[in-house]
Amino acid sequence: MEELKLVIGLEMHCELKSNSKVFSPAKNSYSDIANTNVSPVDMAFPGTLPVLNKKCVYNAIKMASILNCTIADEMLFDRKNYYYPDLPKGYQITQCTKPVGINGYIDIPLNDTTFRVEISDIHLEEDSASLDHFSNMSTIDYNRAGVPLLECVTTPCLHSAEEAVAFLEYMRNIYQYTGISDADTKKGQIRCDVNVNLKNIEGKYVTPRVEMKNVNSFSNVYNAIKYEEERQKKAYLKDGGKELIQETRRYDEDTNTTIGMRHKEDAIDYKYFIEPNIPPYPITKELINSLKEEIPVLPLERKSDYINNYNLSSYDAEVLIKNKDVSDYFNECINLGIDSKLAANWVTVNILSELNKSNISIKEFYITPKLLKIIIDNIVNNTISSKQAKEIFNKSLLEKKSPLEFINNYKQISNKEELTNIIKNIISNNREQKELYLNGRSNLFDYFVGQVMKETKGKANPTITKEILLEELNK
Amino acid sequence: MNYMDLSIEELHDLLKNNKVTSKDLIKESLIKSHELQDKCNAFALILDDAKETPITDNYLSGIPYGIKDNYSTKDIESTGSSNTLKGYVPFFDATVIEKLNDAGAVATNKTAMDEFGMGGTGTTANTGIIRNPWDLKRMCAGSSSGSAAAVAYGVYPYALGSDTGDSIRKPAAYCGIVGYKPTYGMISRYGLFPFASSLDHCGVLTRNVRDAAIVVNNIKGLDNKDMTTWDSSKIDLLSHINDDITNKKLCYIKEIVDINNYSNPSKELKSHLKNFMDKIELIKSKGITIDEVSVDKQLLDAVASVYVIISCAEATSNMSNLTGIIYGPRGEGSNIYEMMKDHRTKGFSPLIKRRFVIGSYVLQRENQERYFNNAKRVRRLIVNIWKDLFKKYDAVILPVGSGPAKYLDDSLNTLNESSTILEEHLQIGNFGGFPSITIPDGFIDDLPVGLNITSNTYEDEKLINIANYIENLMPYKNQIAKEKK
Repeated sequence: MEELKLVIGLEMHCELKSNSKVFSPAKNSYSDIANTNVSPVDMAFPGTLPVLNKKCVYNAIKMASILNCTIADEMLFDRKNYYYPDLPKGYQITQCTKPVGINGYIDIPLNDTTFRVEISDIHLEEDSASLDHFSNMSTIDYNRAGVPLLECVTTPCLHSAEEAVAFLEYMRNIYQYTGISDADTKKGQIRCDVNVNLKNIEGKYVTPRVEMKNVNSFSNVYNAIKYEEERQKKAYLKDGGKELIQETRRYDEDTNTTIGMRHKEDAIDYKYFIEPNIPPYPITKELINSLKEEIPVLPLERKSDYINNYNLSSYDAEVLIKNKDVSDYFNECINLGIDSKLAANWVTVNILSELNKSNISIKEFYITPKLLKIIIDNIVNNTISSKQAKEIFNKSLLEKKSPLEFINNYKQISNKEELTNIIKNIISNNREQKELYLNGRSNLFDYFVGQVMKETKGKANPTITKEILLEELNK
Repeated sequence: MNYMDLSIEELHDLLKNNKVTSKDLIKESLIKSHELQDKCNAFALILDDAKETPITDNYLSGIPYGIKDNYSTKDIESTGSSNTLKGYVPFFDATVIEKLNDAGAVATNKTAMDEFGMGGTGTTANTGIIRNPWDLKRMCAGSSSGSAAAVAYGVYPYALGSDTGDSIRKPAAYCGIVGYKPTYGMISRYGLFPFASSLDHCGVLTRNVRDAAIVVNNIKGLDNKDMTTWDSSKIDLLSHINDDITNKKLCYIKEIVDINNYSNPSKELKSHLKNFMDKIELIKSKGITIDEVSVDKQLLDAVASVYVIISCAEATSNMSNLTGIIYGPRGEGSNIYEMMKDHRTKGFSPLIKRRFVIGSYVLQRENQERYFNNAKRVRRLIVNIWKDLFKKYDAVILPVGSGPAKYLDDSLNTLNESSTILEEHLQIGNFGGFPSITIPDGFIDDLPVGLNITSNTYEDEKLINIANYIENLMPYKNQIAKEKK
């Protein structure tokens, strides 16, 4: 069978965080109530003009430099002209002539190694309004119209659905680490166009490029690529792919298939031209340098820091950096002086599973690093056992009270004198069992341990209890 | 007493000294509005409920004025003389209107215009043909036709205009008044319905240069709603208006002014150019240098094409918001595309549709380089020639048009396609964003004609200074239209 290579190019749109929209003073914030964050500019009332939001420009430049792009000497915008009900001006302000960044790359972690993704360009633009279609009408919500978007376009350099998703996940990480975007797919803040086709072993394209627009979750990106790969392979192997055409297809979540769209979007001539209402905004070396200084430590650097300086396993490090807030939480634990391995263990095992259960973010999690430190400190100095620690953790979480409130109840009795007295007392009340034990019924040892635990309501330090019992029973 | 024939400063004095009230002025302005509406059809809307304002130290307080209908006016229907915006009542004021409201100015009407500023005849307004108050058989030129007619008739001392090619400066000449568009970005365009954003200028029509300076002093300024505005707070157009100009150097362009460039020149053209040259001699006789200079004729001949390509391209995009979905009358149809199509088919005049076709054509992928990009290059070449002239000269002085106002009959059906550079050279002021002013310079057959003075960008004070001086050499200041019978 002929060997075929999957080729994927991605266009990742990400909504940026900002106080106001990219070209209007309306609030940029996700809202459940339609048409509340709208200015006359967003609805293209006659005579309104775009005003460029500098913060969005700065974030676009930051992102371009993180992606190792050549950064444009000025911020220049173009109009992309087309009629659609979600586009009140009849054109979208975007960057075509001079994207903020071109010819970049980024290294993406995957399976304990990294691979390089080439970035063809990254540009700043505005989002459209959102449409909802009902059986007898459609509604338009202009809250999203004019929300800043960064579109990052890769070259066709990805070769598996896994790589595509790894890229998207890592990009999301970067957006979150830099605070440039919340990059929340649930709120539709990330949308992808996925281009897929196949090459043969000589590197020649053997199937036409298919574009899937507006795929809205990473799992859908994964499924869409898998489906499209199979579909194109089958068609190619059947008869050289005669039925395949270059087209735009839609990924259908319900059937997990891709469906050809009737009209050819490629046929639209967007008649791009330079937006005359926004004078070119100069990007100086000084500006780029000062913005670079604001870029925080990025996830891949944090990962190697965790492995090299905090002795974490690659796996734990990977789990921690996946989410910036989780990684920040872990960093705070370390700063508070908690042992890194213990902290990593608690975060990756106990805390993450609680977060999953309750579907909240670690920022909303009741047990802060400070409270966690109380629990871990008490394990370390043998005040409580690991099992008790877990119980305290759960109670503290349930009742929203500091672990301190529970620890006293759990404090182990480690005082030898006190335990010796208790044990002597128990032995004298169980002479028969002692005889049997001394005559070879060694399993009765556990019986005595049980009695001690019963007497101390489980607070006796098990190790010390065993030591004393051995000594006293053999007397 | 015809108070509305007076200048802003004269009116201000009378108001200050309680010789007349704002209410009286408004009443007179409204009466004249209705008179002129009957004669010339100059208005989109007459604001009969206009209210007087308190008289302050601001020259404009209490004085009536007119607003071209392509300015967004809060709670007042604003259509740009187009059916696509019939019934559209904005909920916000253009920045210029806000500033005039703050100054205490009182609008008494919205003036009719060529639809959305496209057209130079005053014949494409949805309210019908606008006539010239000097001769009702003639046009005012456009697109600020209603504003020009009203100021010439004495409805008020000033009206707002907008100028994308010559839309203030040509009607001003045809109506015997002053038309001034300052440097691009000196006045905010926020709230001005766009025609071609890179060429659109706000400006004013008045009956004397001082009034133009006073009005622009009030409406200029940096606006955080228009990124193309710049800080002109240090500029006071009245402060240098009376400076000595004998040290200034002007020039006119041989290829435009020399009668020998025109084959079979009409009688009107001959008189117009002779009149212009007479005025040049008059100015020179006061000790001012005026040189004849020569520029590349080929580039001058390209002005009209460059203008059509760039303005139509920008217009087709700028007016894509007019779909009848959010504002304007809803179109009919079974889906949104049909509704948009119906709205636009019914709403726009044939002239605008033709320009949209041109605009779309020159922007198409396969044509863009040949037409649109080349037009932008030639625009730059032409601007550079003028910039070079401004290195040596303080201003370029040229006649406006090829004579007095044209007959309406000759132009009912077209864009003015006259290829003569005399009709088109004012567009260079828009290409470069240069400050440019037209003042009346005489009469041909009892009809007014004008000359234009253009300076380098940001040199508005100097331009106003020169224009004011030249205006005072001639007897046409503050003239009111006398209807030719």
